[in-house]
Amino acid sequence: MAKYKTAPLKSWERAKEIRADYYRNYEAAHEKGGLRWAGGAWTFDAVPAGLGDDVYPITSEPYGATIAFQKDFSDRCLEAAERAGYARDLCAYMRNYWGSIILNEYGWVDPGEERKPFPKPDFIWQDHICCSHAKWYQVVSDLEGGIPEYCVDVSVGPYEKTTEHGIDYVVGQLSDGIDWLEKVTGRKYDDEKLIKAVYNTCRAESTWAEICMLNQAVPAPLEEKTMYSLYVLGTLQKSSQAVADYYDELKAEVQDRVANGIAAVENEHARVMTDTQPPWGFLRVFRYMAEKYGCVSVGSLYTFALIGNWIWKDGKFVPRPTPQSLGVEIKDRDQALRVLVEWELSKPEWQHFYHPKYKSDMMIQIAKDWKLNGVMLHYNRGCEGLSLGIAENRLAILDAGFPVMVFEGNMGDEREFDEGRTMARIDSFMESLGVPKLA
Amino acid sequence: MIEMFQEWYENRHEYAKYWKDKTGGKVLGYFCTYVPEEICYAAGVLPVRILGSHEPQDVTEPHIFAMYCPFCRDCLAQGLEGKFDYLDGITIAQSCLHVRQAYTSWEMHVPTPWSYYLPMPHNVQSPRAVPYLVEELKSFKTALEDWTGKKITDDDLRRGIEIVNKDRQLMKQVYELRKREEPPLSGLESMYMVVASQMTDKEEHARIVEETLKELQNRTLGRPVGERLMILGSEDDDHEFVEMVESCGSTFVIDDHCTGTRYFWDAVSLDGGDPLTAIATRYVNRVPCPTKDWPIRTRTAHILSLAKDWDASGAVILQQKFCDPHELDIPAIKSALEEQGLTTLFLELDVTVPIGQFKTRVEAFLEILQEEDLF
Repeated sequence: MAKYKTAPLKSWERAKEIRADYYRNYEAAHEKGGLRWAGGAWTFDAVPAGLGDDVYPITSEPYGATIAFQKDFSDRCLEAAERAGYARDLCAYMRNYWGSIILNEYGWVDPGEERKPFPKPDFIWQDHICCSHAKWYQVVSDLEGGIPEYCVDVSVGPYEKTTEHGIDYVVGQLSDGIDWLEKVTGRKYDDEKLIKAVYNTCRAESTWAEICMLNQAVPAPLEEKTMYSLYVLGTLQKSSQAVADYYDELKAEVQDRVANGIAAVENEHARVMTDTQPPWGFLRVFRYMAEKYGCVSVGSLYTFALIGNWIWKDGKFVPRPTPQSLGVEIKDRDQALRVLVEWELSKPEWQHFYHPKYKSDMMIQIAKDWKLNGVMLHYNRGCEGLSLGIAENRLAILDAGFPVMVFEGNMGDEREFDEGRTMARIDSFMESLGVPKLA
Repeated sequence: MIEMFQEWYENRHEYAKYWKDKTGGKVLGYFCTYVPEEICYAAGVLPVRILGSHEPQDVTEPHIFAMYCPFCRDCLAQGLEGKFDYLDGITIAQSCLHVRQAYTSWEMHVPTPWSYYLPMPHNVQSPRAVPYLVEELKSFKTALEDWTGKKITDDDLRRGIEIVNKDRQLMKQVYELRKREEPPLSGLESMYMVVASQMTDKEEHARIVEETLKELQNRTLGRPVGERLMILGSEDDDHEFVEMVESCGSTFVIDDHCTGTRYFWDAVSLDGGDPLTAIATRYVNRVPCPTKDWPIRTRTAHILSLAKDWDASGAVILQQKFCDPHELDIPAIKSALEEQGLTTLFLELDVTVPIGQFKTRVEAFLEILQEEDLF
């Protein structure tokens, strides 16, 4: 008999709908007289929102992951990128993305439909903290025969050492970027739309963190495999009204699950977290842990904080309250940009770019407060940005007294993931944690 | 005189220790050529670049995941093995993620009294970069003052600029001589000269360069020049490799490396203005590392111009294994070089290189070039 009651998420279909609409809208933008733009999941998408409601983005990392999930298509994309001369140890999302351009095949396919040509973006709006971010799009522009590219450097040091001149630097680039957007698109910029998008960004990012906080409950109301399908909406378009509203709806549902003891894994006996992007073509690893051992992955710094915004308060890692909840009223463009920049610079997943100690501290606190038995680190060959410092994170987490298992793989290149060996490692790890197989 | 540079390169640690004993000054290890050495000289501190030793090691695996470049792991190994135990401090100017890990792991595991992370901007093509860097340089200067207990005046900064600029100007004169049909020095000798300047007192280095320049006026290699080659790509101080290529009937006449031209090519233009602004302007406008060369890939035009002006017929493109920034540029640069008529050879570097295998490839490459000369 199951230890806990469980139930599917009621809002699941709505999450799927938002994602499908996103890719369809991008593809069909020109049919409606709109514009398409491309940039990363971390880019300041609130800024192009000021160009109008018919301006649709495609963010690079989720697009690369979408391709990775379709293993046969991904293999073709990766090989196409390699044939074009790009090294196979580069970011796997990037290579999937470039391959999709080279093959001229879109990564999103509606059920029963043929794969469409890759929809070329009208402009590129990117940010840069990882070595690959801006240069990813240099290559996109090369492959597409030239696309106007604007990129904002956000590498101004860790949030705890934020300076006014650092904020000025990023705000200045964004401000110049708005002039650039007007010039490139020929559209007049609407500051009211920017302000609304900034509010949405802060609301979506804070609410997602609040949802992750609810996973401290035992049993956990969500497990990480499901969370991947939910956090991703923020990586697609964190500034959109639809995403911010959806997270409000989801939060209410997860609160209800906690209040009623509804578990994600009906036989929850052990709790772990992972790190970095998973090998997208092999998410059944999570099902294996849950079904064989009753082990739930309650999330990771990655799922919590790639988009979720958090702060340290009284020694705890907690959701960052939105500026609007603190009474901040945005009145003009400059203030909107400053609020946005100051907000985003505290993003937890930006901190380890300066030192692994920031990430170690956050992970150890999650391990304590989310009541974990152990930690599974994905040494991800596919992402130099998020694997940065991971070996030091391992040492720090071990020092803090939590068992750690590492497994090597690649988020977006199935050729670099050994599923059998990883399952065997999981078996050994569970044994070392004293978690028996379920009868 | 030219042998002195190799001697300094091979005895870098003894040199730094001797300098400390002689001057009583502090030695600062740095991880990337974006560190503004002018300010270090103004503070009376000797900046020395932390490079690897090209020896197999087994100490970095617990600290840096093996998918990061061998160079950063080789650098960290030097610290973990205690080879830089004389350093009073370490610093890095923000550049690639790979070498940044060598710095952060060094900070955590190699006892060093002082450490400074300088957030050098990446968007060097933005007009916002110089004002931002000026403020960061002020903080760096203040930190150095606190560390050394010595106030750094504008005159000190001007002196620091003069010291570093003079060495840059002299090195450019050396490189000019390499344009000759019969270059007076080899690529290996040139590499030793540049890398030695990253590990020695620049005033002393400049004195020896001045003497060497006199020697070079009437010097020849004493062997056929062979194919005139350019070498470019990731960090490279692999003398064994350079020596091997030049022993096969070629001479490196120009480069684009951070252990070569990228390090010293651009001078600080002072013109009586604020010295920190002048320094910031130099570092923002210098020939960029690929990490900072966006959205426009400015390095390509620069490389083509060097290849043309130094009359190179082929280019050896080297890349530290897993070096993402260079991997992202190489297809475009390789294609541009080939469009300009240069034949290219791409090779991937590790801590140690398979000289025998590389030699076979280099010989084949040189044969292709020689055939092109014939027909």
